[in-house]
Amino acid sequence: MTNEENEKELQALLKREFPPLQNAEPQRDLWPQMLRRLDAQPLRVPWFDWLLAAAVAAALLLFPNAIPALLYQL
Amino acid sequence: MELLERFAAGDPEAFEALFRQHQKDVYRWTVRIVRDTGAAEDLTVETFWRIYRARERFDPAAGNFRAWARRIATNAALDYLRHARKETELSEDYPAATRGDPAVRSELRGHLRRAFLELSAKYRLVATLALIEDEPYDQIAEAAGISVALVKVRVFRAVRMLRKKLNYLGVEATVK
Repeated sequence: MTNEENEKELQALLKREFPPLQNAEPQRDLWPQMLRRLDAQPLRVPWFDWLLAAAVAAALLLFPNAIPALLYQL
Repeated sequence: MELLERFAAGDPEAFEALFRQHQKDVYRWTVRIVRDTGAAEDLTVETFWRIYRARERFDPAAGNFRAWARRIATNAALDYLRHARKETELSEDYPAATRGDPAVRSELRGHLRRAFLELSAKYRLVATLALIEDEPYDQIAEAAGISVALVKVRVFRAVRMLRKKLNYLGVEATVK
């Protein structure tokens, strides 16, 4: 059997098992769901929090001896 | 100002108008890939969410909104297939045609579903659109952001993988 025949045979089988959905329609208007998605604010971390975290990470890299002291304070 | 220009500039009313114009097209495209109505509705919203976030990158002068939306929808559907592949079965929203011996058909259907589910997302995408939905290769290529030649290669490989899996399961996939 050639590749083309092979493909056509399997295609026919797939179409029989999974009928094409060319005319499918949404069951409802999706705009209300879209509005809820737009209204949901993503979790945002302020830029100064990132700056603080970067400063702490940099300090710990530069002064690793400070880690035990920091842990003691926590 | 034209609708697409207003959308790119961040006008919410323009976005709503585009959503209402294109939601059915995006849904139809998505449901044909994921074959699950609930997932397709969620993915339609996800697609427009991605469109909304990417509005500044859209060029109203050069851009074809429908093609752009379809490309984003394809990526969203691919993400869904990658995550859902091992967790979910194909939906029963659209039952198979019922012809032939029910017992044989049920067994064959089970094998075919399993083999189809085991295809990776990128092969399932092209196999679904090219083999089941008869979508032209150039349309698939445009939506998936790949060349027509690569679509052909993936269809060929998907057929070979499906055939191999069915043969391995002892199924003679002959259409009569």
